[in-house]
Amino acid sequence: MVTSLRPKSGPTRRYHFPEFHDETLPSGIRLVTAPVKKLPLATVLVIIDAGSVNEPRGKEGIAALTAAGLLEGTSRLDGAELAEKFEQLGTSLESGADWDSAFVKITTMSDKLEEATQLLGEVISSPVFPEREIERLKAERLAEILQLESEPRGLADEKFSEFLYSPESRYSRPDEGSTESVSSLSRENVNQFYQSNYRSGATTVIIAGDVTPERARTMVTDAFQKWPTGSAQKPQLTTAARTNSRRVHIVHKSEAPQSELRVGHVGLPRKHPDFFPTMVMNAVLGGLFGSRINLNLREVHGYTYGASSSYDWRRGAGPFVVSTAVESEVTAPALTEIFLEIDRIRNEKISEEELSLARDYLEGVFPIRYETTAAIASALATLVIHDLPAEYYDTYRKNVHNVSTEAVLKSATSHLHPAELQTVVVGDAKMIRGSLADAKFGDLLVHNE
Amino acid sequence: MGLHGGQFTTMRIPIETFHLDNGLFVTLSEDHTAPIVAVNLWYHVGSANERSRRTGFAHLFEHMLFQGSAHVGSNEHFELIQRAGGTLNGSTWLERTNYFETVPSNELALALWLEADRMGELLPAMTQEKLDTQRDVVKNERRWAVDNQPYGTMLERMQELVFPPSHPFQHSLIGSMEDLTAASLDDIAQFFSTYYTPDNAVLSIAGDFEPAEARQLVLEYFGPIASGKGKPPLPPMNLPPVFGKRLREVVYDNVSLPRLFTAFRSPVFGSEKYYAASVASAVMGLRKGSRLYRSLVRERQIAADVSAFTFDLAKGTDLLVVDVTARPETGIAQLEEEVERELDLLYREGVTELEVRRAVALIETDLVASLQSAGERADRLSMFATYFKQPELINEQANRYREVTTQGVNDLISERLGQNNRASLLYVPKEGIESESALAVAASAG
Repeated sequence: MVTSLRPKSGPTRRYHFPEFHDETLPSGIRLVTAPVKKLPLATVLVIIDAGSVNEPRGKEGIAALTAAGLLEGTSRLDGAELAEKFEQLGTSLESGADWDSAFVKITTMSDKLEEATQLLGEVISSPVFPEREIERLKAERLAEILQLESEPRGLADEKFSEFLYSPESRYSRPDEGSTESVSSLSRENVNQFYQSNYRSGATTVIIAGDVTPERARTMVTDAFQKWPTGSAQKPQLTTAARTNSRRVHIVHKSEAPQSELRVGHVGLPRKHPDFFPTMVMNAVLGGLFGSRINLNLREVHGYTYGASSSYDWRRGAGPFVVSTAVESEVTAPALTEIFLEIDRIRNEKISEEELSLARDYLEGVFPIRYETTAAIASALATLVIHDLPAEYYDTYRKNVHNVSTEAVLKSATSHLHPAELQTVVVGDAKMIRGSLADAKFGDLLVHNE
Repeated sequence: MGLHGGQFTTMRIPIETFHLDNGLFVTLSEDHTAPIVAVNLWYHVGSANERSRRTGFAHLFEHMLFQGSAHVGSNEHFELIQRAGGTLNGSTWLERTNYFETVPSNELALALWLEADRMGELLPAMTQEKLDTQRDVVKNERRWAVDNQPYGTMLERMQELVFPPSHPFQHSLIGSMEDLTAASLDDIAQFFSTYYTPDNAVLSIAGDFEPAEARQLVLEYFGPIASGKGKPPLPPMNLPPVFGKRLREVVYDNVSLPRLFTAFRSPVFGSEKYYAASVASAVMGLRKGSRLYRSLVRERQIAADVSAFTFDLAKGTDLLVVDVTARPETGIAQLEEEVERELDLLYREGVTELEVRRAVALIETDLVASLQSAGERADRLSMFATYFKQPELINEQANRYREVTTQGVNDLISERLGQNNRASLLYVPKEGIESESALAVAASAG
């Protein structure tokens, strides 16, 4: 027989987020170095204030196209040669753009770090954006958009953003652009976006791993000699909602065996003072496996394989969203449960037991999140992008710990807005329209039928 | 070959092993750089062990292992680990099922006790109601990940295409809706007593712990569990090295772009020739410098994406798969022809030294990067212990890859990449084939 005596926790061991050095080089580039000696590896992550929110109207997708275009050749090497050079060093270059910034990243064995960083500097500072490759990247993005049409999860996310934000908001349109906007992009647009946004004052190089600050400084100084100074213009962003009344949008997909659901509203910007209570509130509502929404929809009702809620933390107010996929027949009852859970967390305090589950999890899991050089670099990027204080990770656990049931209730009542919930259902309209109309969750609109 | 000297050649993770009297094989690997520890259990049972008309059972059973045991309530396993600040999950594959948690190191005892309780005394907690709920959850998992996901049926269709009927790898891992409906509590009890026994499991602990204390805890919690009575042997699994003929299946589905998976029988995971096959697959489809990416995506621009991988099956035969997604304007026949041309070229002319070096360099960095995480280290220790009884193989992988020669890769290609060893699984957009001519093209493409 296995003993019925539950083990007690041992004494906790201290953990510190890796120490890091933060400096501005004479070129204007910010350099953040986190020496981590565990394995002979390092991650170099370059972030530039050149994300989707920096795009001119009508040119959506230019940030992603520019970031991808960096890899397609420099004045010395073409795209195929670049890929070969990096990969012979055992690393490969990734690049991309999200809402707030563009990034270029490598993880490499530390004995190849100088060579790889030198090459990385070349990629960022002397791209040529060949016409043929830019056209190919556009065609690949158009193929991706086409793929979304048959991919219910991605389609639901995209439609949710569209129906959530005012058409004036950059957030209402796909971060990598639509068929229309991408088709209109030219090599000249790419070059222009690059020239006006890729500047030293908008650039941070983060190196985490088997490296010293001195070595990092020398490498980055050598690799970024040709980097233009100055900063990019701050983008103007509106995050207004499209509507303040409840709507339910069915995006028809014939014969879909499940309904892919998104329910939510405009959330909060990352630097909101209620960040910590809101994160804990969301953990209880739908952030954890043991959260109310997942236990209700999955373990009590068996409606779904999984259900969760999340805040997408951006510089501007990103969405708050509940996501799940349920068997078509139970679409209306599943939505009823989701609305009910959102009401419930606003109407009464969560129990101390629920609070401690969320709090203990968030505090305890902290060191597990930073096991790899890539994860440490990405955590440092969060500091930079959101301009958080240097001691942010040292005080994180204390800040989580200080959240009370009262603070959770206050966050829920202030930041969850049941009357404004927007619902997107990607599913078979023939099967679900009647029950959704009967349920009167809000104005019902059917698309793509 | 002496190509890749330096720091990495001497990098090894420490490993200790021991057995309990009941047959449980335990591996330990210490690392005190962060106060976290990973606990990982592999049971040597997967969908290959399922009886007929019970497809999907191994995976459904994995779900039931989170529904409580003698001293743990339903879903309490999840709650206790998350409350402790840990992460956890389980997964099912053709040959094994694994369960794992990473926790703050002061919670090692809790993770071990929870695993022991469900290994020792699962059945008292099993009820019809829990089974019914998890059956619904799994059916929804099937709808979500397989039926309502473009190309989501790839794994089960590939298994069906490339393995002969009655071969243990031939049937679906996630299972059919009918078989899931038929699963009963009796099936649960029988599966548990046959396969979830200490002598059919490996326990690995990696991270921040004191070995003497860990041994003591393992002995205390797992020691009292009785060994099993042995499991029924699997039917014969060995297969000839090649299919012996061309296999092809066309699937008309809710997808936007045609996509062609080409599979080859290849040497089983861990065998000497496996490493040559793994390098061959990386030469063909690992990242943007790979041969097929360069040719089909970058130069000829007929593909939107390309990759290649091995299934890593340790018995019978492995599979090497080349995966090419067409660009919207690429015809179905053209997709097949162009991929075929590349494969024929590779078969005729082989690969170069430079291509092999690129592939090995990338694989090495990925191997080292994966060892950063305690959970990954524990999982790989369990894998090598389960398949080969040799967890120390984790430290040999970089050398095995470094020993692969261009000649070795080319020999492998000659043996396995010919016309007599290709199976094509072609997905075609259902909406695109409504016109007669497109149908005719699809039908004549093979």
